Amino acid sequence: MKCRVCRGPAVIDVPRHNANFCAEHFLRLCRDQTRKAIEAFDMIAPGDRVLVAVSGGKDSLALWQLLHELGHTADGLYIGLGIGAGPKGRPNDEVGYSDVSGEHVRRFAASKGFRLLEIDVREEHGFDIPTAAAATRRVPCSSCGLTKRHLFDRAAIDGGYDVVATGHNLDDEAAVLFGNALQWNTDYLARQAPVLPAGNGFPRKVKPLVRLTERETAAYCVLSGIDYQVEECPLAAGNRHLGYKDLLEQAERRSPGTKHTFYFGFLDRAAERFRSGGEGPGGELGRCAGCGAPTSEETCAFCRLQARVTGVGDVPVRITSTAGVGR
Amino acid sequence: MPMRILLRNPRREVEIRGPRSVAGVLNELSVERSSVLVIRNGTLVPGDEMLADEDEIEIRPVISGGMGRPEGPT
Repeated sequence: MKCRVCRGPAVIDVPRHNANFCAEHFLRLCRDQTRKAIEAFDMIAPGDRVLVAVSGGKDSLALWQLLHELGHTADGLYIGLGIGAGPKGRPNDEVGYSDVSGEHVRRFAASKGFRLLEIDVREEHGFDIPTAAAATRRVPCSSCGLTKRHLFDRAAIDGGYDVVATGHNLDDEAAVLFGNALQWNTDYLARQAPVLPAGNGFPRKVKPLVRLTERETAAYCVLSGIDYQVEECPLAAGNRHLGYKDLLEQAERRSPGTKHTFYFGFLDRAAERFRSGGEGPGGELGRCAGCGAPTSEETCAFCRLQARVTGVGDVPVRITSTAGVGR
Repeated sequence: MPMRILLRNPRREVEIRGPRSVAGVLNELSVERSSVLVIRNGTLVPGDEMLADEDEIEIRPVISGGMGRPEGPT
């Protein structure tokens, strides 16, 4: 196998580009694809302060490094979700999943000199994701996603950040689109976009990795020497989203480029139709009586979740620790 | 000594006699190449590369899950 660019020995094949790349030119491809997404969708303006949602996994750590390589000012926020060992976690794990993910993030931030903010959900809000899932009797990913969205939004607003960047990649976005199309969740289809503008008390949210697959973000990490958490979240195993990814991967093997065509075709030719008739977040929202977050109810879903799990209301988010130095 | 291969999720090790191509090893282990990276000595190994006895190989899955619904007011 030879690199398409320099004809030197290749280290990775990328079937959807019908090409192979050496390490140097693959890393350049990742930077170019990320820059292209940022520019095409006006994700980040010059001088914007970016808050990156970091989990310790391949996508978020790759995103954090790529944003710095592209010259953006980007701090990271890690949320300790209490998954794994601990009073309400999986008792057979000696070291919890969240403990390990937090260590990956801290080591990465320290090695790069990136500024890291942290929130510990158990310490700050009195519950963890396994407990929330048990209390709500819903899949853990539901409580987890709700908690992360709420806390990232709030930290960004409180910290004066212009934009929250998340590591959603092409596989993630195609799988979400596939699931929502299968069930014709038209209000969710109306909201699916690589950029959600600021407004109504929400920060701007962007997904700069939508032009990269998760195999590509993983390869970027290996070739960059990024030590990310490889183990899958023990609470995510077997979830519906993974099933959709598997189905799309089968289609991709038969016809490379299928996921890209599906997702970007939706953005180009279909998304607007759902937005015009959908129930997007553009309407007037009130403020949560508990925490002040934007909501269409009297209290937001996060405060309702917290009250249900702990029996008490919300408490202010504070930054529990920082590592590295700001840029 | 056969090559040692580390697989993840769940973490386990297998041994296979070389020389074998990356594609041949993945085929023997019933692993889809598009859903993993093959790593030797900290760097990626392409599908046509030959693996030898005493190589230490990691077959790393790349698929991760756990997605909430799209963004919006809570």
